[in-house]
Amino acid sequence: MNELIYLVPLLPLAGFLLNGLLRNHLSKSVTGIIGCGVLLGSFILSMLLFWQVKEGNIAVVSLFDFISVGKLSIPFSFQVDQLSSLFLLIITGVGFLIHIYSTAYMQEESPAHFARYFSYLNLFVFSMLLLVMGANYVIMFIGWEGVGLCSYLLIGYWFKNQDYNNAAKKAFVMNRIGDLGFLIAIFWMIGQFGTVNFAEVFEAAPAASAMVLTGITLLLFVGATGKSAQIPLYTWLPDAMAGPTPVSALIHAATMVTAGIYMIARSNILYTLAPVSQAVVAITGLATAVLAATIALKQHDIKKVLAYSTVSQLGYMFLGLGVGSYVGAVFHVMTHAFFKALLFLGAGSVIHALHHEQDIRNMGGLKSKLPVTHATFLIACIAIAGIPPFSGFFSKDEILAASFSVNKVYWVIGVLTAGLTAFYMFRVYATTFLGKFRGTEEQLHHIKESPGAMTIPLIILAVLSIAGGWIGFPEVMMNNGHALGDFLTPIFAESARLKTLHAADHQTEWLLIGVSTLIAIVGSVIAWRRYSRKVDMEERTAAARLFANKWYVDELYTNGIVKPINSFGNWLYNFVERQIIDSLVNGAGRFVHYGGRQVRWIQSGQVGSYVLLMVLGILVFFVIQFFVK
Amino acid sequence: MTIEHYIFLAIAIFCIGVAGVLTRRNVIIVFMCIELMLNAVNLLLVAFSKMHHLAGKAVNASAGIDGQLFVFFIMVVAAAEVTVGLAIIVMMFRNTHSVDINFLNRLKH
Repeated sequence: MNELIYLVPLLPLAGFLLNGLLRNHLSKSVTGIIGCGVLLGSFILSMLLFWQVKEGNIAVVSLFDFISVGKLSIPFSFQVDQLSSLFLLIITGVGFLIHIYSTAYMQEESPAHFARYFSYLNLFVFSMLLLVMGANYVIMFIGWEGVGLCSYLLIGYWFKNQDYNNAAKKAFVMNRIGDLGFLIAIFWMIGQFGTVNFAEVFEAAPAASAMVLTGITLLLFVGATGKSAQIPLYTWLPDAMAGPTPVSALIHAATMVTAGIYMIARSNILYTLAPVSQAVVAITGLATAVLAATIALKQHDIKKVLAYSTVSQLGYMFLGLGVGSYVGAVFHVMTHAFFKALLFLGAGSVIHALHHEQDIRNMGGLKSKLPVTHATFLIACIAIAGIPPFSGFFSKDEILAASFSVNKVYWVIGVLTAGLTAFYMFRVYATTFLGKFRGTEEQLHHIKESPGAMTIPLIILAVLSIAGGWIGFPEVMMNNGHALGDFLTPIFAESARLKTLHAADHQTEWLLIGVSTLIAIVGSVIAWRRYSRKVDMEERTAAARLFANKWYVDELYTNGIVKPINSFGNWLYNFVERQIIDSLVNGAGRFVHYGGRQVRWIQSGQVGSYVLLMVLGILVFFVIQFFVK
Repeated sequence: MTIEHYIFLAIAIFCIGVAGVLTRRNVIIVFMCIELMLNAVNLLLVAFSKMHHLAGKAVNASAGIDGQLFVFFIMVVAAAEVTVGLAIIVMMFRNTHSVDINFLNRLKH
């Protein structure tokens, strides 16, 4: 089986090359079959690998020497263990469903663009697989850069629209800022440990000083904030909605944003040894969760709401990582992949039915028109709101329970955010599917349920959104009910040994579960009642305006960072470049030109004068020789 | 004769050569003057070599003999150089119908 490991990322790469190079010659159906087929192949291989890992066979396969300089040796190696095999399943499984969905969603595109879309999609999955399979930080970084590139390509997929191009550039630049942190962390690791292989770094880590570990982990976290959209680098993710909706689903659920979570979960030992970094991670995550949730309350674009909810849920995951509940964070990645993919694909189905209408103020009453989309979207809303027994409840509860044991304030804010989450999700649900239709007559006439290629992935994801949480029952509900936790034990064993989370006693835990569930239900019911009859989208209070304008963070960045840098750049151009450097360069040229003109008369062309000068020159040398001696 | 005689003679010949090169325009005469300078140096070499031989023959019978030999080589090489030089002058005359070196300023333009 180990010799098949390299096939897992190779298949999507092959799909990328085939679709990309032959995009002008393949028909849409062939493109779709290639694009989905390679993912299906990867998914089947991932399942085989998962089965193997489940039986206890962990594999580190070194394909070839990637970099070998002096004492530093970086092999191109893949590691398949509990954590990466789980991510492989999520990426290829959810990715496959999104590919299937895309074949119907992108049907209006011309064959060449259709193939371009699928080749990018395959490259995206390839990069993500590289990221999670790499057995050292350098291979991870290659995948890390790859997903950044692919997000740029896919967000700017409709490249004729300049706004979309700007959104793509924004995503790329924001990611690059984070990547710099990751890169410096890798260099620091090489300097400190002399290796970047996971196993060797983690083995050497306890001997390093706390200062160094804190520095490295904070720099890694800077990388994670860029990729996983945390404060202060989160603003690219809502703008990334410029891409086609399945791409949003792919970015938000299966790939890209989970990279930061994966990286920190992978480096859990380093973080456990650096409590300062852990606190930074937890507080940043919590702040992001609250901030994004408040913004999501007041957005009108259905995809924007979902985007901010992703940012908020990612904040939850970082909270989990920060309080040391690595299993909870990974668990939430998994359940979030199911219901967020479902939400985006459902939103895509609505947008598809309404011919690219994204404003929820112009929707409503779609319940009867789009029955499958409606049912699955409702399931996803319940799941993300954290109402038992849907999947989101279990993962969110695990993170909240862990944060309660670390700091009660974390728990209070976390639970309130969960209430906000429930509120804004049901606000979207109610305005979209309940009440009366508010669009044009023509739209109403054309609404029909999406084809099977779109609804079947929705149904599969809906089942997963319901049942996905049942692999991680909390201890109070069922003894040894946490199959996922047991499975992941080897990965986090060292961290668990260094720092045990003190679980609250059973009564307290039941109470916590009760409170969080109650708040989620209350939030849902309020939103349902408020938005199902009428649409009241006026922002009357100052707070509402603040939320609707996204806390003016974009404006703050524009005025505080972008404009000063632009004016600094202009100053450099107008003064340093044009006045100093240009005049230096031109001056050198002018000096040579002028000097040449002045001594030109010496070159008379008269042989006699040359000889005379030569003799004079020799005489001068003689005289010098004579007097110097 | 002392070495000074040779030196003064060589200097005289060399200066005649330099003056000729500087003042004359006929390329053949310039060429002959160059030969004069060359042979002035040759003469000096032979003279020094002979003085060396006279001073050192008590110790080493062949002292300074290589200077004499060296001069022959110089003369042979100079002969070869003269043929090349004369050939150039012939070509120059064919092209410009003149042996005046002031016609050789064409490279200027």
